Amino acid sequence: MGEEDIQLVPDAGSSAGSLDGGDGEALVQVRDLVKHFPITSGVFLQKQVGAVQAVDGVSFDVKRGETLGIVGETGSGKSTTARLVTRLLEPTSGTIRFDGQDITKIKGKRLKAVRREVQMIFQDPYSSLNPRKTIGSIIAEPFVIHGLLPGKGERRKAVQELLETVGLNPEHYNRYPHEFSGGQRQRIGVARALALKPKLLIADEPVSALDVSIQAQVLNLLRQLQREFGLTLIFIAHDLSVVRHMCDRVAVMYLGRFVEVGDADDLYSYPRHPYTGALLSAVPVADPSRHGDKRRLLTGDVPSPADPPKACRFHTRCPKAQELCSIEDPPLEDKGTGTLAACHFPLTPEEVAEIGLPGGPPRAATG
Amino acid sequence: MSAAEPATLPEPGASGEALLRVEDLRVEFPSEDGVVHAVDGITYQVFPGKTLGIVGESGSGKTVSSLTTLGLTRLQGANVSGRILFEGRDLVALSDGEMRTIRGNDIAMIFQDPLSALHPLYSVGKQLIETMQAHHSVPKKQAKERAIELLGLVGIPDPKRRVDAFPHEYSGGMRQRAMIAMALANEPKLLIADEPTTALDVTVQAQILALMERLQSELGMAIIIITHDLGVVAEMADDIAVMYAGRIVETASADAVFSNPEHPYTWGLLKSIPRLEADRSELLVPIPGTPPSLINRPSGCHFHPRCAYAQPDHSRIDPALEPVPGDPGHYVACLLEAEVRRKIWAELQEGARPQEAIAEVGLEDTAPGLEETSG
Repeated sequence: MGEEDIQLVPDAGSSAGSLDGGDGEALVQVRDLVKHFPITSGVFLQKQVGAVQAVDGVSFDVKRGETLGIVGETGSGKSTTARLVTRLLEPTSGTIRFDGQDITKIKGKRLKAVRREVQMIFQDPYSSLNPRKTIGSIIAEPFVIHGLLPGKGERRKAVQELLETVGLNPEHYNRYPHEFSGGQRQRIGVARALALKPKLLIADEPVSALDVSIQAQVLNLLRQLQREFGLTLIFIAHDLSVVRHMCDRVAVMYLGRFVEVGDADDLYSYPRHPYTGALLSAVPVADPSRHGDKRRLLTGDVPSPADPPKACRFHTRCPKAQELCSIEDPPLEDKGTGTLAACHFPLTPEEVAEIGLPGGPPRAATG
Repeated sequence: MSAAEPATLPEPGASGEALLRVEDLRVEFPSEDGVVHAVDGITYQVFPGKTLGIVGESGSGKTVSSLTTLGLTRLQGANVSGRILFEGRDLVALSDGEMRTIRGNDIAMIFQDPLSALHPLYSVGKQLIETMQAHHSVPKKQAKERAIELLGLVGIPDPKRRVDAFPHEYSGGMRQRAMIAMALANEPKLLIADEPTTALDVTVQAQILALMERLQSELGMAIIIITHDLGVVAEMADDIAVMYAGRIVETASADAVFSNPEHPYTWGLLKSIPRLEADRSELLVPIPGTPPSLINRPSGCHFHPRCAYAQPDHSRIDPALEPVPGDPGHYVACLLEAEVRRKIWAELQEGARPQEAIAEVGLEDTAPGLEETSG
């Protein structure tokens, strides 16, 4: 397992092509993060026979006030990454620094203090709210846990302010989750996450369970709140258009690794990793006049993370793969256009033009 | 129940006789709280070799209308009226036994969730063989060969071995392919695909859509694709019907729906999705509110409580699906003047917010209490 470590990060602060996307103090610093879930067999003596390599050597920074998007398909490890950063899961190895403090191994009071600062919005607005509690007590729960605002009146006032912030009627604090629609429930989830005024908000597929007309309501709300409160946001989704709309920087994950990281505009207009190219090319475009466009179709399915391909994990499906790709693991490095890509044979401008990106032809490559 | 005026029947296009012609179809489910008007008088047709996309949100009636085509809602106690003419035969009037000879044979369906649509205790091959033998007397050996051939056709690697595998041994994309193989087993004339790629990742989705298009061109079948994803319909459909609260509110060729949409709901759908080709700073314009209850539907135009352009009388008058002047084949159910609609869409295209567009065309701004959540 983990036979090859991902390359280390360029010095934080170096301008182009660093993991923190340029200058600015990072709120979150993740280095070589690994999470392997053991696979056991046997009834009495459970023996470990393998491991699902959900996250396998991921390093990134999140600057204060920015939105980092993580895209990837099912099983790429994006949700596991989020759960590791919030310490809902114990990492196998690697370090997580939050606000200058190493939080990888902290416990008890110190962990609780960090959890005040890091909040999460979950995908399913139905199962993430307790059906037997009023939304008032759901949103007030963080205050209870952390012993804040002891007075009943104070709490109610805080809850009503939060409801107003997320665009719900403050008089509805006595209602139950089933009285709200999916979009409204997701707003309740957002209100709960904002209750403790966190520094970092992690949204894991916050709109994928919602109807199209409702999605935009929640996306706009998140953008507005981020601007108002200067929140730092990690936004996880499988929908590339949504991620582009929301994020300053985007990381593409494949089988537990970051294969490409860069500014949203750079990455979407000039992807360097063939996987990013394939993802972008696969997105159906809401424009019938582009119907005839050629697409770069990947073949096959994502390999099992319990037994990922050696060296470059994408080589089994990559249209550009050569022998080297199955022998040597490519480092995540600057490919001369500002984005970092883990690829021996990054896409050329001609190839990108061939994919026919929805955003039009790639910008002229520099460097 | 406000009896809607009968929907205008779109004229058959130049492409000849329709394979499926649904006329004023209504499906109602009695419930404890009242009658659920799941489908409320819809009319559409599908031509051989062509694809109709039905777009709408959850609860718009898009799935129920298709299940009814297959005769699957009457078992749930639904009251069905109207006509479903398939090759000239009215499916609504057929007995359950007669329906069974058509379902899975001439008309096949792909469901959204392949894991729950496949039987977990039978191998994929066995389920394929059963599909064939239900309609034709095929010897088992021949049926198995055909099953292997079908799995190969839909791109399952190593079909000889996989034919004996069970659904849980397949990945999500492979299960969806197996479902398609099953739907194609008897070479249907009409394939109904209900959210066929919603549960799939985008790269697998692209494979499945390409596969459906290829098979359509090879076998010449008609497809009805039901989805909420505008990208998918743009990619697949020749014609589009937009459904809202059990009705078709707009129908036209795919090009017309995307370039000259006429209904405010269609505008809302188009403007509320982030697009890869748009400017990143472009604001999304959400449709305010939530889809209506199908038991107590809003009066007048069912969309008026969520419509930024609704006028006072729109809560009283129920619009019928009428032809759009100057655009043959394009039908819309909207009370705004065609002229006004065109101006508003032009404004929206230029990036105007609904309120600005209203001011520009001199409409009365009657959208009280619309949540202002965009920032």
